[in-house]
Amino acid sequence: MERIPILKMGEFLLVTVQVDMHDRLATTLQDDLTERIVKARAKGVLIDISSLEVIDSFIGRMLGNIAAMSRILDAQTVVVGMRPAVAITLVELGLSLPGVRTALNVERGMDLLRAALAGAPGAPADNGLDGRRQD
Amino acid sequence: MDVVKTETHPVRGSEDVVLVRQAVRARAVELGFSLVDQTKIVTAASELARNTVIYGGGGTVTIDAVTLGSRRGLRLTFLDEGPGIKDVEQAMKDGFTTGGGLGLGLSGAKRLSNDFELVSTVGQGTRVTITRWR
Repeated sequence: MERIPILKMGEFLLVTVQVDMHDRLATTLQDDLTERIVKARAKGVLIDISSLEVIDSFIGRMLGNIAAMSRILDAQTVVVGMRPAVAITLVELGLSLPGVRTALNVERGMDLLRAALAGAPGAPADNGLDGRRQD
Repeated sequence: MDVVKTETHPVRGSEDVVLVRQAVRARAVELGFSLVDQTKIVTAASELARNTVIYGGGGTVTIDAVTLGSRRGLRLTFLDEGPGIKDVEQAMKDGFTTGGGLGLGLSGAKRLSNDFELVSTVGQGTRVTITRWR
């Protein structure tokens, strides 16, 4: 089955969407990511959409769902690389992606994730409850 | 309004929605649409194609390159023989959905187009026509 690859880099998961996704592929990515966050004990998810020429309400909803689900699973999501024409169109469509953190590019997105991880209240100290961090 | 070029594609499943996006993009590029205008009409087409699949039970899209005087544009007609829309005014509202989506398909497609027309007969089907001018 066709799938969007998810890469693990340290405590983060990286996804680069490089194809024009049909709806089922987008839904599969959402499910795969949710599972991988738990399995990999990921603290952050970075989704690079710089190749996407169109984001409609379905893909927009998927991005919002991923952000919400990862938050519940104690991971941050950052969406990076949105094209200007896509941003203009999304707003006119009526979708402002509430709850989705964005950054201009991968580098800034990683900075955001690292900062969120470092600055999260009580984050670095292992409180022994979640058992996720090994250091 | 004169039709310079026309083509019709089936709109039956989620793969077809992708093909519609690609076909509309290709025609918009041919017509010399700006990148933002291309993105708007392709996004509108994506919303309407999905509606045709989900609510109309599948149908067709006709893509017309049209001229009106010196203006050039792209006209898309989505046609299905599904159950039709009972309350068009309600269906056009932001956030209204019977399908579990965000309810932005019709209203969003209208905002992304210059002309928008929706004709629906309960029990017979729905036709949505949008035009974006260059």
